[in-house]
Amino acid sequence: MARIEYAPAPESRSVVHLRPSYGLFIDGEFVEPTLGEHYTSVNPADETALAEVSEGSAADVDLAVRAARRAFTRWSRMPGAERAKYLYRIARILQERAREFAVLETLDNGKPIKESRDTDIPLAAAWFFHYAGWADKLEYAGLGPDPRPLGVAGQVIPWNFPMLMLAWKVAPALAGGNTVVLKPAQTTPLTALLFAEVCQQADLPAGVVNIVTGHNDTGAAVVAHKGVDKIAFTGSTAVGRRIAEAVAGTHKRVTLELGGKGANIVFADAAIDQAVEGVVHGIYFNQGHVCCAGSRLLVQESIAEEFVARLKRRMGTLRVGDPLDKNTDVGAINSSMQLARISELADSGVAEGATMWQADCALPSRGFWFAPTLFTDVAQSHRIAREEIFGPVLSTLTFRTPSEAIEKANNTQYGLAAGIWTEKGSLILKMANELRAGVVWANTYNKFDPASPFGGYKESGYGREGGRQGLAAYLEGDRA
Amino acid sequence: MTVVLGISNSDLAAATGSDAALRRFLFGLPGVDQVGAEARAAALATRSIKAATKRDLIDLAIRMIDLTTLEGADTPGKVSALCAKAQHPDPTDHTAPHTAAVCVYGDMVPHAVRALGPDSPISIAAVATAFPSGRASLDVKLLDVHDAVVNGAHEIDMVIDRGAFLSGRYLQVLEEVRAVKEACGTAHLKVILETGELQTYDNVRRASWLAMLGGADFIKTSTGKVQPAATAPVVLVMLEAVRDWFDVTGHHIGMKPAGGLRTAKDAMRMLVLVAETVGEDWLTPDLFRIGASSLLNDLLLQRQRMRDGAYSGPNYVTLD
Amino acid sequence: MSRIDVRKTHKLFVNGAFPRSESGRSYEVTDTKGRFLANAAQASRKDARDAVVAARAAFRGWSHANAFLRGQIIYRIAEVMEGRHPQLVADVMAAEGLTEARARRTVDAAIDRIVWYAGWADKLPTALGNANAVSGPFFNFSIPEPTGVVAVLAPESSSLLGLVSVVLPVITGGNTCVVVTSHTRPLPAVTWAECLATSDVPGGVVNVLTGDRAEIAPWLASHRDVDGIDCAGADASLASALEVAAAANLKRVLRPDADEDWAAHPGLRRLSRFIETKTVWHPIGV
Repeated sequence: MARIEYAPAPESRSVVHLRPSYGLFIDGEFVEPTLGEHYTSVNPADETALAEVSEGSAADVDLAVRAARRAFTRWSRMPGAERAKYLYRIARILQERAREFAVLETLDNGKPIKESRDTDIPLAAAWFFHYAGWADKLEYAGLGPDPRPLGVAGQVIPWNFPMLMLAWKVAPALAGGNTVVLKPAQTTPLTALLFAEVCQQADLPAGVVNIVTGHNDTGAAVVAHKGVDKIAFTGSTAVGRRIAEAVAGTHKRVTLELGGKGANIVFADAAIDQAVEGVVHGIYFNQGHVCCAGSRLLVQESIAEEFVARLKRRMGTLRVGDPLDKNTDVGAINSSMQLARISELADSGVAEGATMWQADCALPSRGFWFAPTLFTDVAQSHRIAREEIFGPVLSTLTFRTPSEAIEKANNTQYGLAAGIWTEKGSLILKMANELRAGVVWANTYNKFDPASPFGGYKESGYGREGGRQGLAAYLEGDRA
Repeated sequence: MTVVLGISNSDLAAATGSDAALRRFLFGLPGVDQVGAEARAAALATRSIKAATKRDLIDLAIRMIDLTTLEGADTPGKVSALCAKAQHPDPTDHTAPHTAAVCVYGDMVPHAVRALGPDSPISIAAVATAFPSGRASLDVKLLDVHDAVVNGAHEIDMVIDRGAFLSGRYLQVLEEVRAVKEACGTAHLKVILETGELQTYDNVRRASWLAMLGGADFIKTSTGKVQPAATAPVVLVMLEAVRDWFDVTGHHIGMKPAGGLRTAKDAMRMLVLVAETVGEDWLTPDLFRIGASSLLNDLLLQRQRMRDGAYSGPNYVTLD
Repeated sequence: MSRIDVRKTHKLFVNGAFPRSESGRSYEVTDTKGRFLANAAQASRKDARDAVVAARAAFRGWSHANAFLRGQIIYRIAEVMEGRHPQLVADVMAAEGLTEARARRTVDAAIDRIVWYAGWADKLPTALGNANAVSGPFFNFSIPEPTGVVAVLAPESSSLLGLVSVVLPVITGGNTCVVVTSHTRPLPAVTWAECLATSDVPGGVVNVLTGDRAEIAPWLASHRDVDGIDCAGADASLASALEVAAAANLKRVLRPDADEDWAAHPGLRRLSRFIETKTVWHPIGV
């Protein structure tokens, strides 16, 4: 009997040329931080050091905002068609250097190379390509005849899709004529720094994009800076709330992409094999480090037992391990901090009476790892049914009727995303209509596209990214 | 799982009691979402296989081949050449395994019997039932089967009546499979769905169940005469049916993609689909066959490359 | 002997009914020259709480009413106002100290604004929604949906036109609301509530509270079952405090603009602040 063994088919690291130490990217140049502080960015898959990165202080943020302000005058007055060409250049360079970005993203973040290669980086390039085309068509965005940029955008992005979130933020801002000060997540700054090199390669005017690395205080300084006209943040609801407080009474416009507790609703008549795939992809994609993850499985009671059995069988084929291995489905948890949070919530699930099942897989001894996990016997009142775990942990609940599914799905403070699995078209539209969520995936899950607006209801934040709604977040106009 | 898709083993007999019951049963099977199924098949196609495993899998794939000639121009000479190739695929390397079977038209079976000789480990598969269209009366089809079996075929590759299937006469399709199965006697029955004519994955799934309900030992994608044939998502959907059937009944049904598989890479992808969908138990010629002709040479070229460490060329394999 | 007239008791408008404040309080309302006009109900935080319950209960029906019907109902408000034109003019004259001609123009503008919004109800998905060309076999569309229950602090000086200008964008989008009227000029709002009560607007869609904004608004801003707040009537320091409180459940906040010209064309700025974009994906296949 043959056994198929997949090759450890590691993508070569040799395409990535990391410098030992990185400065901040301000006014078109890499500069040393004013306080001279650095920290180390590590590979979460083996805890090895990747590079030294600058700790940006409030003074550095100030320099960056001033540079962005100076650049704003020229950038915002530049004909849109010219701005567009810079964005197209960036998109093309990202495509040319895609492999380098993908490998670096996987090294710094821990996500499988399959995902950084096939999802994160191609989508990031697509985002620039899409918004490049908007730059000279702003008057057609439905914001009135003369939409105007807001000024300097302060952008604080998370560690789960470092490069993709950069693209989501930077591309529409620049297309609209804004300049940016970007604060990458502390654990995943490296692709943003590589992006700084791309800006140089594209001859983007100095100061249009500024990148200030650092920890939470650096992000807070960006948010607090008086010279910032717009805040765009993706991250936790707790931090989002602090930002909303911080900007109170100012002129700053804000968009927030925050947490979620997405319900993936499977009806008895679903295309069951695709539903299993969709549920697996919905929660184990990117180790569940996804704000819109389908972290609550709501399955109709009549098929629950069989569905869970099928889910377990499928989970048994997930390959967990070396993120650089092209066969890896589930990579490393991004940090020890996040691993602790996931473990704590999983423990609470067990303590509160839910049943935990984990795929049988060997986990590497070094690095941060959590096996794909499935909870059954979960009640709405359990923490694992209410709190965002942001890890590869799925909580299964059951429902009997569509109205019960709607009620349970909406019974959360979040409202980012939801999934529906049924072969009945009218039921899909009814569910889509009733679900209080910004993105509804029917018979699919975790799909993203630059033309498609993304963002939440309720405490999942406000504002949209993608499409013309995403552009409107960076423009002042009739309806912005 | 004893109850799968809401079906238990004991429901199966009742499901085939009448046309109406059969229709209800087939339409009670879960649907297949085209985009999702194709995405899954495409994702599995990116698996990268270890070199040592690949060597084993190339030999396994050769051992799974039903080496096929199904031309109007087939002659005894062509069939004996095919049989020679099936026995010794690589004249430069006698460690190359033989194929599982040769697959020929019914009237060519006696020539294959002669060419392979007695006690050959290679099976003779004959297409029958008015292959490839299936457009003949049941009597003619059964005679076709009978003829092949009497002449020495070990395996019968029948086609379902796609006209009957597409017009909703499911019981007729089922009863034809049953009748052919009976006519096969001890010969193994492969039931060709001709998925390219069924068009939708929902139809592929229903036809798969119909064939298994009728007594198929194998279900097979295509005749090779209609495109598309053995695409990865079609094979995925059929393997899912095989897997679910096993869960309900405990019986192993074989699977045979045929048509359009030309490269070693195609074959490797098929084996990955098998392993990840229905499990490695199916990675044997008893349960998985590949209907092909030119595929064999590409497998041999890959085999030579792995042996010699240099790319081989078409003059280093035989054209038969 | 001349007839003794029947004086009106000015009450709150909650859930389609006209209750007194649960607190039993009222306050004196005067004209711009300080002459007594009437006693208005002084809403308490508990009235605000009840109003939020009413608005939440009305939300599903109003947000799911078909858009054409919603437009008709809003247009009906204009019709009823037209019928009560003289009273509204008298109220605005008294409240804002305007000449009759200017008060009439103000009422006209308020009615016309409602007609403008009535026409929007079934056009929002056309104007604010879109089909999205995604690169894959998916049908993808985005539609505007209402945010939910919105607290509205009506402008202090523009007692009717300002009020209409802040309430209409909220309800046209399918939201329900709790509106706190002008504190010193609440009477046109009470008459307007009577227009709402007689114009097919379902109970609870608009709840009108008269009273002290500084007392009530913080409770609305911090209320976890309120999804948005328009701070139009708040001064900068109150608005800032309300925005901080609103962050607790990430309410959508509209900041006040001291220079807002309520007679100017409104555009869709206010309306879009309390609109969510929902994007739906579905595979295309056979």
